[in-house]
Amino acid sequence: MTRFILARVGFGLLVLFLLSVFVFVLFYVSPSDPARIIAGDKATEELMAQIRVKLGLDQPIYVQYLNFVGNLLRGDIGFSYRSGLPVSDLLYARVPVTMSLVFGAVVLWLAIGIPIGIASAKHPGSLRDRFGQGFAIVGISFPTFVLGMMALFLLYFLPTKAGVTLFPPGGYVPFAEDPLGWAWHLILPWTTLALVVAAVYARLTRGQMLEVLGQDYIRTARAKGLTERRITYTHAFRSAMPPLVTQLGIDIGLMLGGVIVIEQVFGLLGVGSLAVTSVAMQDRPVVIAIVLLGGVFVVVANLVVDLLYAVLDSRVRTAAR
Amino acid sequence: MALLEVSNLVVDIPTEDGTVHAVQDVSFTVHEGEFFGIVGESGSGKSVMVQSIMGLVAGARTSGTVDFRGRNLLALGDEAMRSVRGREIGMIFQDPLSSLHPQYTVGWQIVEQIRAHEKISQQAAKARAIELLERVRIPDAAARFDAYPHQFSGGMRQRVMIAMALSLGPALIIADEPTTALDSTVQAQILDLLDEMRREFGATVVMISHDLGVLARVADRVMVMYAGRRMELGESANVLCSPAHPYTAGLLRSSAFNREPGTPLVPIAGRPPSLLAPPSGCAFAARCPDAMSICSERPPLRRYDDGTEVVCWLEGEPGEPPAPELPPAVEARSDDPAADASIVRVESLRLAFPQRRGPARVVLDDITLEVRRGETLGLVGESGCGKTTLARAIAGLVAPTAGTVTFDGHELSTLGRREWRSLRRRVQVVFQDPFGSLNPRRRVGSIIGDPFRIHGLASGQGRRAEVQELMELVGLNPEHYNRFPSQFSGGQRQRIGIARAIALKPELVILDEPVSALDVSIQAQVLNLLDELQRTLGLTYLFISHDLSVVRHVCDRIAVMEGGRIIELDDADRLYRDPQQPFTKRLLAAAAPEIPRTPARRRLVRTARPREAGPAPVLLPERAIEGARR
Repeated sequence: MTRFILARVGFGLLVLFLLSVFVFVLFYVSPSDPARIIAGDKATEELMAQIRVKLGLDQPIYVQYLNFVGNLLRGDIGFSYRSGLPVSDLLYARVPVTMSLVFGAVVLWLAIGIPIGIASAKHPGSLRDRFGQGFAIVGISFPTFVLGMMALFLLYFLPTKAGVTLFPPGGYVPFAEDPLGWAWHLILPWTTLALVVAAVYARLTRGQMLEVLGQDYIRTARAKGLTERRITYTHAFRSAMPPLVTQLGIDIGLMLGGVIVIEQVFGLLGVGSLAVTSVAMQDRPVVIAIVLLGGVFVVVANLVVDLLYAVLDSRVRTAAR
Repeated sequence: MALLEVSNLVVDIPTEDGTVHAVQDVSFTVHEGEFFGIVGESGSGKSVMVQSIMGLVAGARTSGTVDFRGRNLLALGDEAMRSVRGREIGMIFQDPLSSLHPQYTVGWQIVEQIRAHEKISQQAAKARAIELLERVRIPDAAARFDAYPHQFSGGMRQRVMIAMALSLGPALIIADEPTTALDSTVQAQILDLLDEMRREFGATVVMISHDLGVLARVADRVMVMYAGRRMELGESANVLCSPAHPYTAGLLRSSAFNREPGTPLVPIAGRPPSLLAPPSGCAFAARCPDAMSICSERPPLRRYDDGTEVVCWLEGEPGEPPAPELPPAVEARSDDPAADASIVRVESLRLAFPQRRGPARVVLDDITLEVRRGETLGLVGESGCGKTTLARAIAGLVAPTAGTVTFDGHELSTLGRREWRSLRRRVQVVFQDPFGSLNPRRRVGSIIGDPFRIHGLASGQGRRAEVQELMELVGLNPEHYNRFPSQFSGGQRQRIGIARAIALKPELVILDEPVSALDVSIQAQVLNLLDELQRTLGLTYLFISHDLSVVRHVCDRIAVMEGGRIIELDDADRLYRDPQQPFTKRLLAAAAPEIPRTPARRRLVRTARPREAGPAPVLLPERAIEGARR
């Protein structure tokens, strides 16, 4: 098991290394010039050269890369070209927003999607099932921003016009300052994100549950005289879980890498919006930090999924011993 | 005293294609303490019947009554039924691997059942579970309590299932093909255990099987089912030794264990009717050698003084149709007149797979074997003994680690590409699973025509004519040239596989468990076809099977394999009469015994006409089972 984890961590580091090289090369071959963007259209060549020297852009690419790695190993991820602030400060302000958004939405979408999926699978073809399926199709077909704008219109704009404030239009309050305000501000973006993704989980859960409910050991469970509840959760859902966990690992990793649209719609200053502006401004230190952070999330999420797999599946676990 | 009394049970299952009349008007009584067997081929409704008694069939509509200890199980509410399941009636299923939950330990699963019905502590339940595992003789039960199902062998898993079924001391145990998925020596052990537990726990056993030999060994009384109906019921000695129903008699005639080697089996012609639209008269009439014109009406129930009950119009004993005539054998062909008597020589063959950890796993160990031209050589052994791997090595599909395989004088490892191609034409394989080994998206004509296409021997009209001739030869209707495999039954699909194998007039045909997946009456048809083809085409067969009675019936010589070695090789007859190795002896002891045929000494007591115009049976509402779909 330890060997397995070490191997996965090593592989993760390799992925991160390749990612950083890739971003460096991309910036190097890109025709736009950070110095030009910082100094503005009317800047002189002299000023731009000064800026380049200051940022270290006059050096060969491999020297730039080695400097970057060296600083990284010392715990220094550099300064933003644009604002001159340390990248770590920028991320420190942004990451909690995105984390709050994603993890809250995860809880919500699991809480919506899985029960719908299970209920559908228990009575395939029933009214409940068709309703659940309909929900899934609607959810999957809606782009997030449409749903987000609808939520804003219905739950913020209309009530406010009528003189009632149900929800704020956006913004973020740190959890440590005001937990209730934190949740209150995030409810609309959570719901929007969750509704879209819950549909996927409802379908996935339904398919998995249908397959498991047809298995011989479910018949055994019934023949043992267990309650229908116990058959559904302890026996069937237990077996249906591993694919859900896999999907969840992939989704969480992807979401943390940037839930740009939702952040834009609800005016949340998260990692996604930071990424958009940084790319537009050719702010290489910030972009690299965000890319690597996203990479770390994906790698860690997948490692956690694999470990969970071993916990969930006795066959994987005992084979590894 | 009657423990379970089933009267006029009807089970209808609505499906997309229409209503399947799975069980039609079946009545029987199981007495306390007896071992009651239900025998039938696939589709006879035996499994559906017991499962619907337990309320385990989703969407099934039932009528009639199932009286168990004074209650009608069919009319019981969900909660009352739940407390009967597991506590009063325990069930054992066919495949113990898929029937146990893979993610929980066996101990956990037994404890769960105990605690679902009794309020006792975790420790007390665990102690009882360990005791049960000891009673079914799981070695080192306390330590194995925490093992998962996949860490047990097939036989041990079935022991766990039995322990679980016994955990609450149920009055009735229903075993649905409990030994079918197991090796024959293990089969015998499980049957003995089941019988022993029945005595020890004072339980009654209802066991379902497709295998007459298995039931003959253990059952006190048997019921024979066909197409959802009861055909014959009585004490097993009476029913099996002097069958009163032509169907039972036909089953016994087509069972390989019950016929002298060398005498052809007498298959039951045709195949079972569709349960979507079963015939209104006798369901077996279309295949019955004793059929009369009156058989198109519902047959009466005849009761004899020895307790045998038969649903049939026939009053006397069923007739004995003549055995099919086999064509005279031709000499085995050889391209080379100077060729010696053996077609394949295997010398010191060894095959080992390297493993990631530890030493290489030896699958075949120092095998020396000779297949003689024109003979049928049987290869028997239990699962995992290497018999299929040996066949693959002989067919040149896997390369040996050491040793040589020589086919007709050519050593396989020295052959070039071109020689390989020509060799492929001379060695063909028929696989076990007639469902999995045919591509469902391709038409039968093109499957059988493949060899001609691959070797560029015939095309267009010529190929079509060749294929249709082959279809005729193996007993398929040539007009079905354009059908897909799913439109054929299991036996017909195996004929497709055989037609493809013999298309290029091979010399050696490797038959890898060719009849294991087929019903007894269909097995006999296919075995006879193979015999006929061998005689007319002069084929040599390498016949792989785990079923000693089938092997004995068709083989000239038998090689017994154990642990990758051939431990005994002899003429079929001699091996049967005088086995040398202890493993062979065990294998023989586990094989089904021959059932002696004795003339019936019974007198008709009563003939009950079927209820013609009685009130229509009231169908109970379907028992909702959540999620299950079949």
